Amino acid sequence: MTLLHTPLHALHRELQARMVPFAGYEMPVQYPTGIIREHLHTREKAGLFDVSHMGQVLVSGPGAAAVLESLVPADIEGLECDRQTYALFTSDNGGVLDDLMVTRWGADTFFLVVNAACKNRDIDHLRSHLSGQTLTVLDAQALLALQGPAAREVMRELCPAAAELVFMRGCRAMLEGVDVYITCSGYTGEDGFEMSLPDTAAEALARRLLAAAPVAPVGLGARDSLRLEAGLCLYGHELNEQIDPVEAGLMWSIGKARRVDGERAGGFPGAARIFQHMTDRPARRRVGLTVAGKRPVREGQSVLAQDGRVVGAVTSAGYGASVGGPIAMAYIERGLAEPGNCLTVDVRGRPVPVSVTRMPFTPQRYYRG
Amino acid sequence: MSNTPAELKYASSHEWARLEEDGTVTVGITDHAQEALGDVVFVETPEVGTVLAAGEEAGVVESVKAASDVYAPVGGEVIAINETLEDAPETVNADPYNEGWFYRLQPTDAGELDAMLSAADYRLQCDDA
Repeated sequence: MTLLHTPLHALHRELQARMVPFAGYEMPVQYPTGIIREHLHTREKAGLFDVSHMGQVLVSGPGAAAVLESLVPADIEGLECDRQTYALFTSDNGGVLDDLMVTRWGADTFFLVVNAACKNRDIDHLRSHLSGQTLTVLDAQALLALQGPAAREVMRELCPAAAELVFMRGCRAMLEGVDVYITCSGYTGEDGFEMSLPDTAAEALARRLLAAAPVAPVGLGARDSLRLEAGLCLYGHELNEQIDPVEAGLMWSIGKARRVDGERAGGFPGAARIFQHMTDRPARRRVGLTVAGKRPVREGQSVLAQDGRVVGAVTSAGYGASVGGPIAMAYIERGLAEPGNCLTVDVRGRPVPVSVTRMPFTPQRYYRG
Repeated sequence: MSNTPAELKYASSHEWARLEEDGTVTVGITDHAQEALGDVVFVETPEVGTVLAAGEEAGVVESVKAASDVYAPVGGEVIAINETLEDAPETVNADPYNEGWFYRLQPTDAGELDAMLSAADYRLQCDDA
């Protein structure tokens, strides 16, 4: 299969990125500086990420909000214009088909960003539920993320209006003469922005951003370790069709209006199962694990109780560069999910001590005004 | 391009070996290996006193991306390990042939070094990969 390229492919090459296949695209996993330094740079200054592989979709037309509410448990009807919300496509059995960001562009217009690996399935899923609305795949749009404590000062020079955005709000603006939709969001736990713009203008904007002193290019490797430290789920790891939002600790993504006692209760796939789980409480929970010592644990390894019984499995693991050691996320039996609980992970036959840790591992630093 | 000093011997599994003046052999992983692994975050070295055969597993190097086994390029008894790596595994990235050495062996048969790859042959192998 031929790998797809993002509009920044030539720039990644020029910056000597190590390119790897990811969700059908050839993407930069790291630049010569390496994952740990890219991670720390993002937490200290600002990192520029190419996330153009993600799916960008517009759903528009009368009833667009209602159609989306029939697929996700988020409060879409109540979302104000230029506001963004995190949402889940749920399945009939209450599992998760994908997670996404939804931004309201107008009364009947919604901008969706979905995972690269799921985008074709998501688009089919959306299409099959439309009733007269239009779905437009924005496949000629790039998506750049600028993340880190210096992101706002960099944005202020390019677009003072966008530099006033608070977390989960967006605006349309001209950046270097290009029409860009900017949201104050990201997936690193840091303050920052995501910019959707025509692919033909992406390289020039990326170069302009990289020319700012605090900005360095950051690859997918550090994007993953940053989101892990921030305690954020990754589809295919913490989320899949066999895991429901209650187990994943994502009940907050179910809008108040959509809950069992809300004004528009239910109405999304798997609602009955999910409501049942909210009352019953599920058998397993997503937790953070801090690893004792330096030996890393890896995805797929078993989590054991003190008596050696298998009580769960690691779903994401990595080196928390800001924490200064290996960390992980896992699903484990609910009764053992209390922060501070000591467990072990079976690392190729060797028991490695871990402790359940409240997430995020590093404080989230979203700007809320 | 990665660095491959001419005075060292190499294993196809990406270890280097250096015959010291006192007859001992120092072992580490190559510049090519550390570059491919990315940031090293953990190194498990064999314990002092362990007797290894050539080709036997002699520890693990873990990077931000993956775990890789490390093999003994020649047989012998482990007489020293690089304790620096316990707290500073990143030394392997910074200086793979000097400060980033893994362990030192008293070889059973120093002649086994002759069976290892020269720098030129190792470089060819890496280019092919």
